[in-house]
Parts: sequence; C-alpha cells; structure tokens
Amino acid sequence: MSRSTSTRRAPILAIYATVVFAFIYLPIVVLILYSFNRDGVGGFPPSHLTLDWYRQLFTDGPIWDSVLNSLLVASGAVALSLTVGLLAALALDRASFPGKALFRRLVLLPLILPGIITGLSLLMFVVLSGAQLSLFTVFLGHGTALISVATTELFAGLQKSDRAQEEASLDLGATPWQTFWRITLPNLRLALVAAGLLIFTLSMDEIAVTFFLIGRDNTLPLEIWGRLRRGITPEINAVSTLVFAVSVVLIIVWYRIRMRSVGTEAQQLPERP
Amino acid sequence: MSSAPILQPTSADANAPLLEVRAIAKRFGTRDVLKNISLNIASGELLTLLGESGSGKTTLLRLIAGFEQPTAGEIWMSGERLDVLPPYKRRVNTVFQNYALFPHLHVRDNVAYGLRVQSVPKNEIAGRVDDALKMVKMVEFAGARPSRLSGGQQQRIALARALVNRPQLLLLDEPLSALDASLRKQMQSELKALQREIGITFLFVTHDQEEAMALSDRIALLRDGALEQVASPREIYAHPATAYTAEFIGQTNLLRGEICRSIATCGVLRWPLEEADAPARFSLRPEAIRLCPDGRRQTNEVKFRASVRQQIYGGASELLEVDCGADQLLRVRLPACGPLTGEHDFVFSIADAIRVAD
Amino acid sequence: MYSRAYKTLVSAPPLIWVALFLLLPYGLMFAHSFWTVQDGVLVHDWNLSNYQKLLTNSLYAEVLFRTMRIAASVMLCSLLLGYPLAYYLSFHSGARKELLYQLVIVPLWVSYLVRGYAWKTILGSEGILNGFLQYFHFTHEPVSFLLYSPFAVVLMLTHIYTPFVFLPIYASLEHIPRPLVEASEDLGASPASTFFRVILPLSMPGLLAGATFAFVLSLGDFLAPLLVGGSSGTMIANIVQTLFGATYDWPLGAAISVSILLITLTLLFLTERLEKRWSFE
Repeated sequence: MSRSTSTRRAPILAIYATVVFAFIYLPIVVLILYSFNRDGVGGFPPSHLTLDWYRQLFTDGPIWDSVLNSLLVASGAVALSLTVGLLAALALDRASFPGKALFRRLVLLPLILPGIITGLSLLMFVVLSGAQLSLFTVFLGHGTALISVATTELFAGLQKSDRAQEEASLDLGATPWQTFWRITLPNLRLALVAAGLLIFTLSMDEIAVTFFLIGRDNTLPLEIWGRLRRGITPEINAVSTLVFAVSVVLIIVWYRIRMRSVGTEAQQLPERP
Repeated sequence: MSSAPILQPTSADANAPLLEVRAIAKRFGTRDVLKNISLNIASGELLTLLGESGSGKTTLLRLIAGFEQPTAGEIWMSGERLDVLPPYKRRVNTVFQNYALFPHLHVRDNVAYGLRVQSVPKNEIAGRVDDALKMVKMVEFAGARPSRLSGGQQQRIALARALVNRPQLLLLDEPLSALDASLRKQMQSELKALQREIGITFLFVTHDQEEAMALSDRIALLRDGALEQVASPREIYAHPATAYTAEFIGQTNLLRGEICRSIATCGVLRWPLEEADAPARFSLRPEAIRLCPDGRRQTNEVKFRASVRQQIYGGASELLEVDCGADQLLRVRLPACGPLTGEHDFVFSIADAIRVAD
Repeated sequence: MYSRAYKTLVSAPPLIWVALFLLLPYGLMFAHSFWTVQDGVLVHDWNLSNYQKLLTNSLYAEVLFRTMRIAASVMLCSLLLGYPLAYYLSFHSGARKELLYQLVIVPLWVSYLVRGYAWKTILGSEGILNGFLQYFHFTHEPVSFLLYSPFAVVLMLTHIYTPFVFLPIYASLEHIPRPLVEASEDLGASPASTFFRVILPLSMPGLLAGATFAFVLSLGDFLAPLLVGGSSGTMIANIVQTLFGATYDWPLGAAISVSILLITLTLLFLTERLEKRWSFE
C-alpha cells in the first residue's frame, strides 16, 4: 500500500466521518446512560445515578426465564445450522448434482429475504404438519434460517483451505473418513467457531421469524417486545445494556480468534510462491 | 504395511519395471490432457517428467498418486493394478509442490501422520519418525509448527513425511520450484544423494530442463500430453529425436534443408550424407562449432566462413552469433577467446549435425 | 478425488433438509396465495382473486408505494452516510483504520430491537430529544411529530442499515489496487476526478450490494413501523402481519408476501446483472 494515499489528510471527510460515528453510537450511549438514571427514561439531562433498575432486573423472573429460553434456542440453532451448513458447504465445494445452482440460491434465501416471509412460510408449514407452536418450532426456524450463514462462512473457509492438504492426507494412507476428521475439520475450526458465534448472536437477537413461531414461552427479544407495548421502563434499558455488554464480549472473542487466524496466515504467506 | 527397513528397496524383481503406465489417456471436458502415454519406471530409478506448463506432467503424476482417474489405459505397480485403488491404498507417496504440510500439526505429528492413520503401533511410530527426521537433518525442529519453518525446511519435512511410509515409489511435484536459486542447487544434490542412499524409486516432475539434467537417470519429455522422447540426460542431449527436444534441452541451431543425391544442404552449408532424398532438419549444438584459424579442415568436417554479428561474454565461454551469408545465422559457443570481429573460418564435425524429426 | 459415496453423503442431508424446511414452506406460501377464506375456513380453490384484490383496492397500492418510498429513503440515507465513511476509512484514516473499522462493526452486533427501542426513548414527546431541546430553551412545547411518523421509521432503519451498507462498500474500496490511484494522479487527474473516474466506478459492485441490501431489508420490515412508525408509518409487511393475525385472511397475506418476494427477487436479479457489468475482473 502506498503511504502517500493512505495517510493523506482530509479534514472535511474526517469531520463527516465523526458525525456518522456519532449518529451510529448516539442511541447506544443514550441507552446505557439512562439505564443508570433514577427518574426513568426521558427528560434531559439524566440526573441521579442509580443501580435500582439493575436490582429490579435481577429479581424479575420472566426476564430470566426468557433469557434461558433464548440460550436454549440459540445453542440448538448453532448445532443444527452448523451441522447442515457444513454438509451443504462440502456439497457445494465438492459435489456436483442436478439443481446445484438452485440449491445454492435456496439456502441463501433466508439471509436476503425479509424475515417476515421466512417466518410466515415456516408458520404455514408448522400448522400444516399439525405441530404445536413452541420453543421447538422457534429452534427449528432459527436453525433452518441460519443454515444460510453457516453455509456461507464454511464455504468461504473451504475455498480458502488448501485442497492439497487433503490430497496429502489420502496420499499418506488416511481414508476419506480419517481425512475428514483429522484434516478437513481442523482446517475449518476457525470458520466453525466464527460461524457458531455469529449464529448464536443472530439467534439471540432474532425477532422477525420468532414473532410467528413462538408458543407460550418467550425468548428474550419477544419478552422485551411484549413489555414495550406496556410502556418503556429503564429496566429494559438495563437488560439491553447487559445484552450489549455480552455482545461486546463476544465481539472481542471473535476478533481474538480472527486475529489469530490472520496472524498464522501472515506467517505462512512469505513461504508461498 | 510391511516393516521393511527404509534403506532397502522393496521391489522383489530388479529386472521387472516397478511401475508400468499402459496407454493412459486423460480428458478434462473436451481437452485431451494426456494422449496414449506408455512409460515404464525401473526399480530404484530417478525418472523425471519434464515439460512446459500445460504439457500434462502434473496430471500424469496425479493419476499415479490416485487424485485423478484415467479416461483410458491402466497403471500397474509391482504386478498389481494401481489405477483402480484409492490414493490411500497405494504404496505411493507424494511431495507436493507447496508441500501441503498440515498447519495445525507440529512437525513431528506431520511426519507421524501416515503411520498413525494406518494404525502402526505407537512404539514403532516414534522410532520411524526419528529416523525420518534424522534422514533429512531436521531432528531439532520436531516440535515446531510448519509455519515457523523456512521454505527449505518445509521441503525437508515434506520429504520426511512421505518417506516415513516407505513407499515403493515417491512422486515429487516440482518440489524445488518455490526455493530460491542457490538453495535449489543445494537441495538438488541432497535429493540425489538421498535417493541413492535409500534406493527408493523417484518420479520427479519439473519444467526446468537444467534441473532434469542434473538429477535424472532418465528424462521423459512431455509435449502437449504426449511423450516426445524418453532417454538418459546424455542421450537426450547428444541425440535429440525431434526438433522440439533439441530446442527444449539446452541451446541448439536448428538447420532446415534437404538431402539430395547423398548431399545435405542447409543454406550455405553442405556435407555428404548417405541417406534417401528428402527434406530434413538438423540440430547442431553451438559448442560443436569451432574456430578454424588455419583454414584447414579434416575430411569429416564442414568448413564455412561467417562474420561475427554479436558476442556475449559468459565467463568460461563466449556465445557468438555469426552470419554465414544470405542471412543464415548460427550460434557458436567458444572457450573464452577475447573480443572477435570480422570474418572467420569455422568448422564442425559432420557427426555433430544430428538429423531430427519435426 | 472424492468418491461418489462421499459426495452423496455430504449432499443428501442438506438437500433433504432444505427441500423439507425451506422449499416446502415457501411453496406453501405460494400455494396459499391462490386460495381463499370463506367464513373463517380455508378453501382450496385455485384462483387469482387475492391478486385481483391487491390490484383493485387502492389501500394496498398506497401502502406499497409508501413502503417503497421509505425503503428508497433508507437506501439513499444509508448510502450518503455509509459511502463517505467507507471512503474515509479506506483512503484517509491512516493508522487508525483497523480500530475505526471495528467501531463500525460493533453496532452490527447490538440487538435490532434494542436499537429501535433506544430511538423510541430519544424521539418521544416525553423523550430525551425533547428534554434536551427544552432544557436549552430551543422550544418550550414538546415537539410531537418526531415519533410515530415515516420520518422516525426512516431514521431508525437508516441507523440500523448504515453499517450493513458500509461493509460491502468498504470491501470493494479496499480491493482497489492503490497504484491505480497513483497512476490517475500521475496522469494529471485532480483528487476529485480521480474519485469520480477511478474509485467510484471500481467500487460500484460494493455500492450496489449495499444499496440493494438496505432497500430489500427495509421493504419487508414490520418491526420499525410498530416501534416508531405509528399509523402514518404503516408499511406493507404490517398489513401482512395483520392479515395473518387479527384479520385471519392468510391467502391475502400470502399473496402480499409473494408480491414482496417477487419484488425482492427481481431487485436481486437486476443487481446481480449490474454488478457483473461493473466488475472488471
């Protein structure tokens, strides 16, 4: 990269970028700030610092039930979408079958279609099958919709990995089964962890599909949604702040993993012709 | 797998070829990458597949390794049909072009990989891995990650990883192409010494004719998916069968002319040749031409007068471009002789003008 | 190098899963759009009456038109915010580039609902913005038009999709080989003409991808109108949601959904064509 073009100063652009950043961060800052405000959400400036809303939150049974439900659904969705997504990525990378192009597009549809369409389609399917709406249908919906994310990430991982390594493994006497467990999967482990984290976060936050598939037990976003109708309280700010904090921790984990992978790739680069 | 010591070739009959490639063809879509290739490799031999990129040499290697299936033909090794076996059941191992070391395994585990997946007893694995690392002088790197190693070191580990399995045949896919020139020369001589020492048959793929000359017992030259010539380096240099071979291996002057009434004529050059009348091409190596200061030639020599057009100094030798008149240019390699200008007499021996096919 | 058994083993399960849990549901949606409801019972007689209703009843056209306008505004606003940001980061941010990049990514991980909720607390008539305006005596009465309006929907969705629009644009800007920029300057182009003649055309694929993304996702959004839109901010997906809920006219809802899906797929198809035209590799 040329030093001259990358460090040239552009003061007007810099100011504009700062404004955009302010716009992006304003709601988040407001949210966190007012979760510590004794007089509730609204009014300016925020006055008395308090942890009351957090105290209230920790004794709020339904919220924690919904958090548990969300964790259950998200863990299941990660397992389901990674399993099917891994096979789908392998199939797209290595097999050729009739309708492959269609399959590729179909898998990706939930990623690019509005959630309401996927959610309603699945609702019709559940109703047709005669099943009851429950956390299980939510898990099924999340898992299926997020196969798109798993397939995209893992397919990219497969494309980056060196095919010669699998050939080397077969060449050294390993069966395809051994090669899959000893070479293919370990080579994909970063993509697997990254996809898993992403799917987990997306599932924890999913609302459009969940909206139509939910039964009696709420996930966290739907619990919050339900409370918003009854009016806004700083307790929601408090739980949102906690969700934000967990997200930030996950981001940091994700970057650690990514930096590590980038690091090893960088080390290998000079050896490659 | 047998546990024969690594220093002995495992082939039973030294006279029978180890590997037989029988009328192999390979087609990718509508492209014929290999056309009817037949080739034998003797046990203990170092054979080089030489060719330009796209000549099909790597495809032939991958067919023998088992990564591709032939469109037609068969491959046999030690009296056993090879092309029907999956790669992991062949006693053939490969050193890959970019080594394909497993980045998530330490050097020791990379080398042990083949033994582990074939369930060799643990106590035997340790010894064999140590032996293999000793053989390539990399014992002290056993605990390192492949990404920490230099290109040359990775090359050695790739070699150890393939040899620890005691293959009957080792395939090497341009293993030196990623190394810089000096390291390359060093690895060439080490590879050759190692092959002599352990006696395993090597099939070596390269596009570099100098490397092929330096390493090989025999060279198989591929052109557009067909074998052009298979011979020892000396034979292929001294007696190229075709114009393509003559130009690909070393430098040469290709003379185009005809034979008429037992006289060969190529431009201003003429010499007696007892062969049937026909158009003909000859290869005349630049070093076969000498200066003839006294103007006298032997009976088996051709003399011509030419003016020096260009002179390139090359240390021990000089490369001249001379004009024999009528715009017929020849390259001449002389021992270092100082600056040369104007017209001179040159001679070459008739036996050095090798008739080649088109 | 992979055997037939291997290929079957990896492709069969995802094919079956996707056929059963994606293709079949989408197909059901399509089928429903040709059915009708009589006296609260689904009748499986195939006809086009739902689509006729969509074309003849001006309410649907009106809402659809408003939805498109909102989606287009969101797309335009996120481009206006996202492109300069991406350009600044890619070309002028120097050593802080990686840090700033991550700062754009972080909000992507923050819950959609939470961010929408935050806007609600800011814009409301008892909200923070009104408190702020009155505290500094810009106004004395609460400004009530902020919340529950198409404006609020556009603001909230722009906030959510700006980082999404930023990402592909930034990626395509990063892909531009820097010597091209230097060559342009070397040949006498001013920074502005370098931008319009070299950088902008080469970043078109990213720009198109980001724009389509913002438009398509806004088009099918039903949560933002519920949160901050009010009745004047109702969008087409809200009608679908009502038809599936309170009104219980699934076939008509399905017909609208299929229409949204068709608009979406057409747009994606067009973008793909355009992206190919603008990619020079």
